[in-house]
Amino acid sequence: MDAEIIAMLGQDGVTNGAIYALLALALVLVFAVTRVIFIPQGEFLAWGALTMAALEGGHLPTTVWLLAGLGVLALGVDLFSATGRRTIGRSVLWNLAYPLALAGLLWVLPLAELSTWARVIVTLAIVVPMGPMLYRVAFQPVAEAPVLVLLIISVAVHLAMVGFGLLAFGPEGSRTTPFSEAQLELGTLMVGGHTLVVILASLVLIVGLYLFFDRTLYGKALRATAINRNGARLMGISPALAGRLTFFLAAVIGVLSGVLVAPLTTIYYDSGFLIGLKGFVAAIIGGLASYPLAAAGAILVGLLESFSSFWASAFKDVIVFTLIIPVLMWRSLTSHHVEEEE
Amino acid sequence: MNTRIETASRAPAPVASRIGPKHVLGLFLVLLAAAPLVLPDFYVTLLNYIGLSALVALGLVLLTGVGGLTSFGQAAFVGLGAYTTAWLTTSQELPGWLAFIGGSPWLALIAGLVLTALVAIILGSVTLKLSGHFLPLGTMAWGISLYFLFGNMEFLGGHGGLSGIPALKLFGFELIENRHYYYLVWAFVLLGLFTTRNLLDSREGRAIRALKGGMVMAEAMGVDTSRARMVIFVIAALQACAAGWLYAHLQRFVNPTPFGLHIGIEYLFMAVVGGAGQVWGALVGAGVITVLKQWLQDFLPKVFGSAGNFEVIVFGVMMVIVLQRARDGLWPLLAKMVPVREAPRVIDASAQPLDKKPQPPMGEMILEAKNVTRKFGGLVANNNMSLSVKAGEILALIGPNGAGKSTMFNQLSGVDTPTSGEVLFRGKPVAGHQSREIAGLGMSRTFQHVRLLPKMTVLENVAIGAHLRGSKGVLPAAWRLDRVEEARLMREAAIQVERVGLGEFMHSEAGSLALGQQRILEIARALCSDPCLLLLDEPAAGLRFKEKQALTELLRRLKSEGMAVLIVEHDMDFVMSLVDRVVVMEFGEKIAEGLPEEIQKDPAVLEAYLGGV
Repeated sequence: MDAEIIAMLGQDGVTNGAIYALLALALVLVFAVTRVIFIPQGEFLAWGALTMAALEGGHLPTTVWLLAGLGVLALGVDLFSATGRRTIGRSVLWNLAYPLALAGLLWVLPLAELSTWARVIVTLAIVVPMGPMLYRVAFQPVAEAPVLVLLIISVAVHLAMVGFGLLAFGPEGSRTTPFSEAQLELGTLMVGGHTLVVILASLVLIVGLYLFFDRTLYGKALRATAINRNGARLMGISPALAGRLTFFLAAVIGVLSGVLVAPLTTIYYDSGFLIGLKGFVAAIIGGLASYPLAAAGAILVGLLESFSSFWASAFKDVIVFTLIIPVLMWRSLTSHHVEEEE
Repeated sequence: MNTRIETASRAPAPVASRIGPKHVLGLFLVLLAAAPLVLPDFYVTLLNYIGLSALVALGLVLLTGVGGLTSFGQAAFVGLGAYTTAWLTTSQELPGWLAFIGGSPWLALIAGLVLTALVAIILGSVTLKLSGHFLPLGTMAWGISLYFLFGNMEFLGGHGGLSGIPALKLFGFELIENRHYYYLVWAFVLLGLFTTRNLLDSREGRAIRALKGGMVMAEAMGVDTSRARMVIFVIAALQACAAGWLYAHLQRFVNPTPFGLHIGIEYLFMAVVGGAGQVWGALVGAGVITVLKQWLQDFLPKVFGSAGNFEVIVFGVMMVIVLQRARDGLWPLLAKMVPVREAPRVIDASAQPLDKKPQPPMGEMILEAKNVTRKFGGLVANNNMSLSVKAGEILALIGPNGAGKSTMFNQLSGVDTPTSGEVLFRGKPVAGHQSREIAGLGMSRTFQHVRLLPKMTVLENVAIGAHLRGSKGVLPAAWRLDRVEEARLMREAAIQVERVGLGEFMHSEAGSLALGQQRILEIARALCSDPCLLLLDEPAAGLRFKEKQALTELLRRLKSEGMAVLIVEHDMDFVMSLVDRVVVMEFGEKIAEGLPEEIQKDPAVLEAYLGGV
């Protein structure tokens, strides 16, 4: 192994690490606000990537039908627990009219001729609304349940989404064209243009999230909910709104990381899970609470993965997931008294 | 009153209530034994797989439903059992020290169990101390790791797996046919079922049942909750390992696929769908999911027109609905259809009384707190607090809301650790020690916010208090070798229930009592531990006048027996007529100490309570 290979592997690791960092941030966010351990985060990544691939191929992404189906479900749940005409009206608008309008729009658009940026926007428009819908259907009815119940529901949702993913995309994988084909020379090191896009986009997203949480009212509302849900509710912050907003953000992050990762590796309908779990390893390094530690953990996971794929590629996943053991051990040694589970 | 009404209303319906649990069980066993004689081979095979899954799900019932821990990685333990026996019985190149096992499936079972126990203990010691959600995440991670290991180890055959595993021999009879193997599988299942059920109805079992929602209480009663969690984690792993061993010799071939994370998730679904709080739920869940999967795998590809594991869609959606609508699973719904009369527990009045610690002589210093300070960041909840209680004395700790009384209680009883200062219990420093250690020394407490297990009977709740007075562990409990000790514990618990005046509610669910009675129950539980110091946090709150009188009576009697009592209470009539001395707190500090009459005249106390007169 020489310096060049080290630099290559390092570059690979940091690129993947940036994606894991995004996922880890979303996981920490969702857990803090809703106490849901969001296993389906990876599915948003896969669906984003595969929707992007479908658009690139010039055909109508099947995810739009999944969106319509989920919308009907969400509308049904809203009708079932109706409170007022205004909420129903809004629910019809977002859960029924929006998906159908979007499908109609996609029908007339010349999909094959869209620019990369337009494709990204269309992908976001299709997949992201599924985040809040999913919260409405699966999690909002049991928002007060113990963490463990929420986790099992989360796993169940993940399974269902993988099944639907197979139905929508089939077993074949896809890889999209990079955002930039440029090659930059930094000394002896060749840096791919897409690598820079990934790292830049991650940084922009992280800074954007920071500004959102620090400067905006909704961001502060989410932070308040994360710290004390009952207190936030007493101050007029609706937990349901906080939940939907959180899932919206998680879906945005998931889809964008999918769009970013799709040119790096072939994505299959079930690839999201393993990638998402690596985000989890990072999030756990941050104790599911600290954003900077989670981001640092993500880079560590990315580097560990790229270097272990060089030395022992068959065992790379074993090595990455076993990393969690010493991390948990360290966490367990630093926690003392017996506490009640929530 | 509740119990009386219920028994009265039950009496006129003798037809339904004549079905005892024994009848239902007998019928089930007969059907089980007859099944392979009458059913076609396909169904026998299906029942074999249901049995295997049920064995794994049973461990999850104990772990998740009863203990409140969750594992998605049970399939990896199944794999550990299967691969251990597969390798040991087929490999031609066993290392020398393992050569003696070579070819013997039964020795391989033991080896598998030992290996699984080791792995479970290592994984458990890493994750079990952490709060609930880290464990399931950890199990996911090592579930995946083990799966990839199975697939990448040369000597385990890689992704192709190992074949040529020998058939099992039982007393020289080869179990090749599914029909014969069936009996072995179900013998294992029944063994697991009954030992688990026995375990839950025992001293250790009560400790295990306290893990879900009662950890702080259990620790205060002397239960080592980390150990109890480890115990159920290892038991669940061992049951999964045994299922893996059975699987390997049934299939005669292993590869990594059935031990992946998705199968681990399926096992958890079985436990949840069946009813994770009940041992029988494991059977129901395993049956439902296995049959459904079989049917869906035939049916769904026809609907969707292509092959793929679409049953996960149905399972996923079904799980969400079950958890949203019927969180206790299917078993309670089924159990309602067959009205089985449960006989109330018999208390053996002739059981030998439990040993008692000698009470300290009257007037001996029992508890001494010196300059205890507890800070939460900038907030000083307790500042330089000192107090002492002697044997045969009742000391009241009073003060306005938020004065820091309950925080002080937590410092004394080991629930929390003081920032500085000293707590001496019978001369031994106990500040910062585990609360179960302190409980063992003879301090017992009640909680301001009642902490009991609402689904357990009053008697069983009280019996948790006697945890440290018994010693029989998990294995004797599983094999019913603990019955003599159990009778003694139950007798003691019954005595304490009667003593505090809850006799008529002995067999009612604790959650059905009024709040005041629940507080009294906590006193009975504390007394059950044979303490020399009682810490009572607002025992009179929510009591009616007569009940308060009875409580005063009880505490006076305890005092005359030499018990030291420290009591936090807001009811001043109750306090002033009962206690010997009073310590008054405000803003975390002691503002007065003395006889009740002095305290009632103390200007600082009047100022604190009435805001300056």
